Amino acid sequence: MPYFALTPADRAAMLETIGAPDTDALFADIPTALRDRAALAFAAMDGGLSELSTRRALTGLAAKNTNAEACSYFLGAGLYDHFVPAAVSALASRGEFVTAYTPYQAETSQGTLQVIYEFQTLLCRLTQMEMANASLYDGATGLAEALIMATTATKKKRVLLPRNLSPAYRRVAATYTQGLPIELEEVPFDPKTGTLDLEVLQTALQSGDVAAVVVAQPNFFGVLEDAQVISEAAHASGALLISVFNPHSLGILPPPGSYDADIAIGDGQSLGLPLTFGGPGLGLFCCKQKFSRLAPGRLVGLTSDEQGRRGFTLTLQTREQHIRREKATSNICSNQALCALVATIYLATVGASGLREAASQSFHKADFARQSLEKLPHIERAFSGAHFHEWTLLLPISVAELNQKLLEHGIVGPYDLSRDYPELEGVALFCCTEKRTREEIEALVEAVRLICTTVSTA
Amino acid sequence: MSELLFELDDPGSASDYLPPLDVPEAPMPFAPRPTLDLPELDEHSVVRHFTRLSHQTFSIDTHFYPLGSCTMKYNPKLNEAIASLSGFAGAHPLQDEQTAQGWLEVLFRAQNVLAQIAGLDACTVQPLAGAQGEFAGLLMIRAYHDKRGEGQSRRRIIVPDSAHGTNPASAARCGYAVTSVQSNAQGNVDMDAMRTALGSDVAAVMITNPNTLGVFEAQIEELCAAAHQTGALVYMDGANMNAILGQARPGDMGVDVMHFNVHKTFSTPHGGGGPGAGPVAVRAILEPFLPVPHVKQTESGAFMWDWERPDAIGSLHGFRGNAGVILRALTYILRHGGAGLQRVSSDAVLSANYILARLKGAYETANPNGCKHECVLSAAKLKAEHGVSAWDIAKRLPDYGFHAPTVYFPTIVKESMMIEPTETETKATLDAFCDAMLQIAQEAITDPDMLRHAPHTLKVGRLDEAGAAKCLNLCWTTPQEAEECETPGPAKRELAGASTY
Repeated sequence: MPYFALTPADRAAMLETIGAPDTDALFADIPTALRDRAALAFAAMDGGLSELSTRRALTGLAAKNTNAEACSYFLGAGLYDHFVPAAVSALASRGEFVTAYTPYQAETSQGTLQVIYEFQTLLCRLTQMEMANASLYDGATGLAEALIMATTATKKKRVLLPRNLSPAYRRVAATYTQGLPIELEEVPFDPKTGTLDLEVLQTALQSGDVAAVVVAQPNFFGVLEDAQVISEAAHASGALLISVFNPHSLGILPPPGSYDADIAIGDGQSLGLPLTFGGPGLGLFCCKQKFSRLAPGRLVGLTSDEQGRRGFTLTLQTREQHIRREKATSNICSNQALCALVATIYLATVGASGLREAASQSFHKADFARQSLEKLPHIERAFSGAHFHEWTLLLPISVAELNQKLLEHGIVGPYDLSRDYPELEGVALFCCTEKRTREEIEALVEAVRLICTTVSTA
Repeated sequence: MSELLFELDDPGSASDYLPPLDVPEAPMPFAPRPTLDLPELDEHSVVRHFTRLSHQTFSIDTHFYPLGSCTMKYNPKLNEAIASLSGFAGAHPLQDEQTAQGWLEVLFRAQNVLAQIAGLDACTVQPLAGAQGEFAGLLMIRAYHDKRGEGQSRRRIIVPDSAHGTNPASAARCGYAVTSVQSNAQGNVDMDAMRTALGSDVAAVMITNPNTLGVFEAQIEELCAAAHQTGALVYMDGANMNAILGQARPGDMGVDVMHFNVHKTFSTPHGGGGPGAGPVAVRAILEPFLPVPHVKQTESGAFMWDWERPDAIGSLHGFRGNAGVILRALTYILRHGGAGLQRVSSDAVLSANYILARLKGAYETANPNGCKHECVLSAAKLKAEHGVSAWDIAKRLPDYGFHAPTVYFPTIVKESMMIEPTETETKATLDAFCDAMLQIAQEAITDPDMLRHAPHTLKVGRLDEAGAAKCLNLCWTTPQEAEECETPGPAKRELAGASTY
């Protein structure tokens, strides 16, 4: 059997010290009927495989998945295939980091704590926000936490969510707020540009009872918003501005702090994490320091020991569930610390110049791919707004059909927006990261040309 | 103390990782940010920095880590190897399900085997951690009562005072009021108090079994029946499942819904605080409310995402949950099988009772009749007689090469120390730990002052946690600002060391 450390002789000696005849005696407090039923059920369970057989079985399942090692991905929609230097996973897979617990005992966890403090600082610098926490589960739950915090801080109930915000984020926000006194209100987008409808926003803000306005920069369609104008509108009505950002894009885009966001949340997957079927991801949570006592999740602060040596510790724990229980600012306990470590190492490795270069290449490649595709017959741009590394095209066929056929070319194609937006039938959301080569882009363009020509002449 | 990345900043020293841009450069339709204030280091310096930091971290791979309630067992390397296979690490959740059949099968098999372990009918693997599992389970309970037209009247959740802090916090997140019920002198739920608290306005009872004192709730079936009689459902916090794998199943006890902490029971790494995963298993009456998307198998044998669940509580994650964590847990379960998992609980309980037997002479215990997977000791006597607290003992243990146990939890025991050894420690390690605990009990008498200033052998000595909260510095600015505290915040004393999962 795997991983057990006790030998039969150890067990016998330990039972003798305890004064029990056998290990069964240690479970004598469990009713016999319960034990019998459990024994029967466990006897019927599969498994108990050797390491070699386990590996064979799971390698077989892995082989059934199309993946970014083998195919060109032009699919993003919140999860991106970026390049990650080898040093990142080599360092992040060190057992000391991977197998440590939450750093409740500060003195034995200085490595973990310093990493989190560095993570918080890197995030503050990347976003130009005043503080960041130690991570939340993912971007979507980060938004939910931000909504709850904003309504608590403003003592107002209404929250404005743009329809061009990720449908997954809106879904999670609805799940998280269903039992709470929070009203989610959708703001439509301009069907021409794909940006938030500012007139509707202004009208919705008139009553002055809005807790927060959410803006996604870039939005789900990849389009850039006029965040400054939206921020001013929100603040003029006494609402907070919650920015949903992609940290990778901040290599070149103006950061949330520059347009005075009160809370900024995002998913850190684009900072060195693999796709892994969408999880684990990394919830990023930043806000103005005046909200520090309302913030969810763990925070690491600077301190010193009895001799004045610098050290780090979890702080403001009186906000958290293990002390405040039902009055805690959030129920979160386990977070995504190891993913925050990956993001920290990624940013340290590539540095300012590397992030700027990767973000800039992502934009240029996306722009090149978009222009090349738009030149094809029967294909046109869906939204006119400026984009970062994702953009939309209206196709002459369904996106599902295009994607089926692209697979034959070794290409994982765009996201089908009609899955969430019935009004966007035939609209595809493409993505290009710095990892895509000109050759791959040209292969995509040629494949799309072939597929769309064949279909429209058929 | 190590230098911070920001102190190692050497602009221009970062390596380049990308080939030159191979497409024409177009003008940007936006003004790029003028400055990006991130440090730059050469790769070797980065490697040395993080390697050094790793050396300042106690972990399962380096130390015995007997944190009660956290199940710090060995994290098999096989799990990591499987999770890094490109077929798993390189797949996108939004790609066509026909191209992700291997991943869907992993999640489907995990759903089934976890339901089987729980003795319940269905399971979702979407929740991201134990706390989110609780939240999901309570939302399902809420939806269930709503569907029966009792949602408005059932507004309370009963939680024993010994429960993890997440239980009441999760209940509050669902809009529920929390009624705390006292435990009796043995640490069990007080059945009389429970019956008094139950009523037609109660939506659910949350219990932890074995409870946070490491004791199996022998009246669990009676408790579930009492709750059901009033129309309430029973939620079980599965944090302590390592004690009862294959020995008793929550569904058989009468529990309606429970979460697992796979980062505890099924060996997925804690990663310095996460990621975890908190799958939730439910009785058939709650199955319609499971979050979307759920994995199902079609008649042809293919796997697919099922979104057509009109009564579902919604989604808990932007994608499909911490799939990579679930994969590691499934690997662990396949490796063990039913008999292996029974050995897990059996050895875990044996090890905890062994520690209890060796230490109960030197410390008081909350477990006079033995324990399950963890034992709770108390330093109350040492505190009263020698001024040495559980906190001091926790700080001294690293000097002997051991991580501290969980201290000051459960809060219902004074000066509590909750010790959970797990099944993956040798008897020699358990003995060395017990020897150290006995030695420290002696030191409390002979040299209490030394204990009050422990640890003495680490890179830092005892840290000022209250000071960190008072002079809040969460982000490195300049050395001058960081070292001075000009705007002290409210001097609220942090509750030292209260730690759960």
